[in-house]
Amino acid sequence: MAEVLIIGGGPAGMAAAAAALEAGARVTVLEAGYDLGGQYWRHLADGRSGANEAALHHGWDTFLELRRTITEGCDVVLGAHVWAVDRNDDAPPLVHVMVGAPDGTDREPRTYAPDRLVVATGGQERTLPFPGWDLPGVFTAGAAQALAKGERVAVGQRVLVAGAGPFLLPVVTSLIQTGATVVGVAEASGPRRLARGWLPRPWELLGTRSKATELGGYVQAMARHRVPYWTGRTVVEAHGTDRVRAVTLAGLDDDWTRVPGSERVIEVDAVCVSHGFVPRTELATAAGCAVDENGFVVVDHEQRTTVPGVFSAGELTGIGGADLSLAEGEIAGSAAAGRPPRPQALEKRRRYATFASRMHAAHGIRPGWQTWATPETVLCRCEDVTVGEVRDIAAKTGARGLRSLKLTTRAGLGPCQGRTCGRNLEDILVVETGGLMQAGRTSHRPIATPVRLGELAATLTPAPAPERAPDREDHP
Amino acid sequence: MNPRRVPVELDPVRPQDSGPLTVTLDGEEVTGQAGQTVAGILLGAGRVSWRTSRNGRPRGVFCGIGVCFDCLVTVNDLPDVRACQRRAQEGDVITTGVQDG
Ligand SMILES: Cc1cc2nc3c(=O)[nH]c(=O)nc-3n(C[C@H](O)[C@H](O)[C@H](O)COP(=O)(O)OP(=O)(O)OC[C@H]3O[C@@H](n4cnc5c(N)ncnc54)[C@H](O)[C@@H]3O)c2cc1C
Ligand code: FES
Repeated sequence: MAEVLIIGGGPAGMAAAAAALEAGARVTVLEAGYDLGGQYWRHLADGRSGANEAALHHGWDTFLELRRTITEGCDVVLGAHVWAVDRNDDAPPLVHVMVGAPDGTDREPRTYAPDRLVVATGGQERTLPFPGWDLPGVFTAGAAQALAKGERVAVGQRVLVAGAGPFLLPVVTSLIQTGATVVGVAEASGPRRLARGWLPRPWELLGTRSKATELGGYVQAMARHRVPYWTGRTVVEAHGTDRVRAVTLAGLDDDWTRVPGSERVIEVDAVCVSHGFVPRTELATAAGCAVDENGFVVVDHEQRTTVPGVFSAGELTGIGGADLSLAEGEIAGSAAAGRPPRPQALEKRRRYATFASRMHAAHGIRPGWQTWATPETVLCRCEDVTVGEVRDIAAKTGARGLRSLKLTTRAGLGPCQGRTCGRNLEDILVVETGGLMQAGRTSHRPIATPVRLGELAATLTPAPAPERAPDREDHP
Repeated sequence: MNPRRVPVELDPVRPQDSGPLTVTLDGEEVTGQAGQTVAGILLGAGRVSWRTSRNGRPRGVFCGIGVCFDCLVTVNDLPDVRACQRRAQEGDVITTGVQDG
């Protein structure tokens, strides 16, 4: 019986687990969080779950059903922080995990040597820097979403939502459901690009009607609460000293270049920003999986990566939302268990992939964002390195590699290891030096999640014997 | 205004009342709901920032999913715990304001 190990318990990982189980494999799911669901189905803790919690979610029944199937049939390890993988010739890598509280000291180290591995670690938001984006009260839209869905906390009372893409809309709905007033939504792409992305070949979108219904619901909620939606406009500055008090909105041209004279100041107590998503590829990269020029893991028609026995699904292989993640996960899970994927899953993936490419055409990040940042704007939040410092050093040295720049400026060397600034840093370098030697290298991090030295030392004595994916009975 | 916890009795989601959970935050008692993360409790109590960056700029929650490390706190003398990832336990002693090295 094939043993399939899945890293990530979001929509992609859950669908992969269910499909692999269905195909007769023995399945282990490693999820760092306190429960399954990932970013899409992030929900209240056990003991707080609400009578009307479905109101916060789409496809809640799908989630409950998947969770039931998986917890009954798979070995689900929660609080499982996969911190490293070791390449293992032509077999899937060894997977090193610390099980316990996040950033803890007494976690239990484990090592798995799976027959098949599915990496489904999802994505994170990319936020473009503008003056004041590091002020408290400026959140990623996903943070506002996580706090609303998982904590029932409203990030503010007068909130502006800004960025690009359809993900801004569910955030608005969630904010309204916490009792916040959303003062407006600023979509960076202008009407022309939106039309080019979404209007041609509308029949292609017929197959993604559930997506249209979901989006329609958000639009209705916005209309009911009279939330203005501005296109070709974004936040170019957040004002305040200890925290955000107001923002400046400015008009943008097709390239997201700031239009002078179009500014307007709005009072707010919180701002939620989302300019797009980037995949969390540390583990896939460490396993040796090839990534494309946009940093996504390369997969074939059955979600196989370039490493034998390793599959990948969800946001890691391209940004397309939960439905695409579910379809890809199902395909990866079946294929990993050695069964051909259902034609329906392949068809679903095709339809939602169309939706994803439309989304990219309409909302993809444009180079003009570099006109929002001033020389004093913080680029690396951990080390307080500014855009001006990076530009200066890059211009002086002409260095097209990242290493010397990082060492000279310290950008990307703080606690987050460039997770937040890496892509923005690369974009600035491309403009300053005319090209990068190793694009995407800022996401190369052998340690995927922090491990304390004490914990690391404890794993060495005695040496842990790699285990096969364990039977469920071993780890109740 | 500050961030705040949605009052259980007014919440359209009608969450179960999991009961209060009290931690001390820099010596002061702060009460949230059982099951919340440290960040959820701090924000729910109206705190937006609790740390400073290298140059002394205030920091609180930014990404909410464990990626940015803006939200670091000390929990029961253990430094560098991501407040947005760690579920609070009754009686946790949270200290903030530690200058990041
Ligand atoms: C903060 C945030 C909020 C979002 N909210 C919404 C929303 O409300 N609506 C919407 O349409 N889309 C939302 N999205 C987009 C959403 O991520 C995707 O549509 C969908 O969740 C992707 O599914 P996935 O399974 O690929 O990834 P995810 O759902 O991100 O799941 C990945 C899982 O892997 C786990 N993981 C990652 N690294 C490790 C590791 N090293 N060890 C162990 N486990 C690990 C994570 O804890 C996570 O549970 C959100 C995205 C983000 C970043
Ligand atoms: S807010 Fe980003 S790591 Fe906690």
